[in-house]
Amino acid sequence: MSSHTITAEHGEHAEHAAAHNALQHHFDNLEQQREATTLGMWVFIAQEVMFFGGLFLAYLVYRTRDPVAFAAASNHLNWKIGAFNTAVLIGSSLTMALAVWATQVGRSPKVQVFFLGLTVLLGATFLGVKAYEYHDKYVDGLIPVASLYHPDAHLIGQWAASGVSPQHAQMFFWLYFAMTGLHALHMIIGVGIITPIIIAAWRGRYGPEYHSPVELFGLYWHFVDIIWIFLFPLLYLLGAHFAGGH
Amino acid sequence: MSTALETPDRRTAEFRTRHPHVNYLNANYGIKSWLLTVDHKRIGLLYLFGVTFFFLLGGVYAGAIRLELMTPAGDLVQSATYNKLFTQHGILMIFFFLIPSIPATLGNFLIPLMIGAKDLAFPKINLLSWYIYMLGAGITFYALLTGGIDTGWTFYVPYSTAFSNTYVVAAGLGIFIAGFSSILTGLNFIVTIHTMRAPGMTWFRLPLFVWAHYATSLIMILGTPVIAITILLVALERLAHIGLFDPRLGGDPVLFQHLFWFYSHPAVYIMILPSMGVISEIVATFSRKNIFGYTFVAFSSIAIAVFGFLVWGHHMFTSSQSVYAGMIFSIISYAVAIPSAVKVFNWTATMYKGSISYDTPMLYAFAFIGLFVIGGMTGLFLAALGLDVHVHDTYFVVAHFHYVMVGGALMGYLGGMHYWWPKISGRMYPEGWARFASLVIFVGFNLTFFPQFLLGYMGMPRRYHAYPVDAPVWQVLHVMSTAGASVLGIGLLIPGIYFIWSMRYGRFAPSNPWPSTGLEWRTASPPPTENFLVTPVVTWEAYEFRPIEEMRVVGPGDAPAQPVDGVQPKAITET
Repeated sequence: MSSHTITAEHGEHAEHAAAHNALQHHFDNLEQQREATTLGMWVFIAQEVMFFGGLFLAYLVYRTRDPVAFAAASNHLNWKIGAFNTAVLIGSSLTMALAVWATQVGRSPKVQVFFLGLTVLLGATFLGVKAYEYHDKYVDGLIPVASLYHPDAHLIGQWAASGVSPQHAQMFFWLYFAMTGLHALHMIIGVGIITPIIIAAWRGRYGPEYHSPVELFGLYWHFVDIIWIFLFPLLYLLGAHFAGGH
Repeated sequence: MSTALETPDRRTAEFRTRHPHVNYLNANYGIKSWLLTVDHKRIGLLYLFGVTFFFLLGGVYAGAIRLELMTPAGDLVQSATYNKLFTQHGILMIFFFLIPSIPATLGNFLIPLMIGAKDLAFPKINLLSWYIYMLGAGITFYALLTGGIDTGWTFYVPYSTAFSNTYVVAAGLGIFIAGFSSILTGLNFIVTIHTMRAPGMTWFRLPLFVWAHYATSLIMILGTPVIAITILLVALERLAHIGLFDPRLGGDPVLFQHLFWFYSHPAVYIMILPSMGVISEIVATFSRKNIFGYTFVAFSSIAIAVFGFLVWGHHMFTSSQSVYAGMIFSIISYAVAIPSAVKVFNWTATMYKGSISYDTPMLYAFAFIGLFVIGGMTGLFLAALGLDVHVHDTYFVVAHFHYVMVGGALMGYLGGMHYWWPKISGRMYPEGWARFASLVIFVGFNLTFFPQFLLGYMGMPRRYHAYPVDAPVWQVLHVMSTAGASVLGIGLLIPGIYFIWSMRYGRFAPSNPWPSTGLEWRTASPPPTENFLVTPVVTWEAYEFRPIEEMRVVGPGDAPAQPVDGVQPKAITET
């Protein structure tokens, strides 16, 4: 019996053969619940795009205004580390997709937890590398905040050769920290959310019938990856001198 | 449907023991049952409590502003205090009243009822959004009480980042947080309208109120994050002295204005669109006709939301924006008039040859249409590149947006509160008092704001606490405006009093008092916790009105017969 018929009264779900203990009271069936939560995640991602969009706009405006300074400053990011991190993040997207697949086809909790755990591990690796990079910038005096910003004479000389003032380079580093910082914050939140999902997976909560939390988290995780896919070329590669590095 | 049955003697103890009416209000009691509720109807009332409080507070600031402007000199306050007064009036009214007012109270309450759902798609997120709103509002309230803020509600840099010595970061943090409540509400509405409609409730059978809220939600989702990141950048610039908007460090203050208005102009449509949705419902019901050109009105809401994102530059005609950008923004701003006019003309055409009754909600609808036309037309003055230079930052602008925000959004809110009050509270408000109050509000409103058009055209700038003594006409107009504000203030208090009075002493409301055709009127007043005892199946079009006598017998649309006002159905011809 379709629950869309007029006789489907509230509270009757418990007696439905299809009723699942994950079904919330205000949905008619799991299908409707899945549709709603999936759409909800997409709408959330749309607002995230706009949230990051403000920073991307600022980046475009200032880069167009001062491309030389941005190229000079971006040269002090280590593109090799950035490329490594990109690979790590794409790897984590792959393991995430495999985790979603494992729940969809009903692989054992062990397999599900293996892929989810690998995702966390790769995410943590990314954050660790990012922290190392931040530390590097700190040592070089490139944190663009007040007295923390004191590039040494050697750097200032290098920039001056191409007519770039430390102030203009500072704008790049400010955008670099704002954009990668916001991205890292999203990764940290992601690691926070995945933890209860792993516990539930270990307890065998997910299978072909019900796996939306894993799927929705997968959407979020892929979205955070895609942000990085844009950040990496914009911040590390555009106008950089590959021979130099750091 | 036993709970939907009414008899005239519902108030007798005997009747109430025989027919216990379990509804969302009496399902359970106690503070905890309200603060932890996931029922969209109760959350709507929680929001009502919040927005009313901040509306009253914002009104106090408005009163102080009007008092000061009665005389040319700074008698009551000096400029420093005055700056705080208008800033705080603006911040409270815009971010904590107008934006959540209709969507978070009436929208929350009505959307699931109108589409035949048991609740919004994410009830817990809905409750969370209220807590986020209260947290944000609380932080801003704290900033206002302890130090105040004087940047204007627009937070323009570099004043807000480098010069103001007031609580900019705290107030901004509150608005940042409250923004997420708006995002979550929009997300909930979009998902609910997409996935929770009752069987048979197709997109083009949706009440126009729902269409308007769908358009509003789109703006909430796509606009609010931009103001969030902008406020975050202002706060970081203030705290960490980073020069993204600071020309001394290579930043650009105009970038701030672009980002700010990218949200804050569409935000105007967050305020007015839900109100337009309310007016569509009221006009159809009290003209007893189908809305003229339903699809046009539905899509005009979407069109306003889309155009709304493309006109932000008309706030920046005098801000070093290129002339060509200005011309394009000007043309698109004119284009917004098209969907707005579609609505106004279609409401008028709906009334044409309708059987109009002059109940209070309809009086507010009349007020809305008239005042919105004035507010909208003066908006075209401001969208004109040349004229805008003359009236930019004058009282002409102040009068214009108050005609849209108060004359439009607030009239719709009040009309909606009266129209659905029987459904919300299960009681009728006193009709005589309500008509009287609507008249007082209308007169007070026009007396307050019409003189401001003249003031602005003569050159009185906004945000000034003093004006020249040798311009006697200015003082006359300012005194008129202040007198009007007093009338308006009194007028706004009257509904507050009789709504509270009616909760205890009002006549019991039947399930469909007007009567109207929407699904929300086909369940008891007040509705049970899960809205409908039986999931409704919709087999009729929106606004399928019939002569009122027939409605009393067979009910609106193809609904089963229902007694109305105690009149028992005589014949049931269709079920």
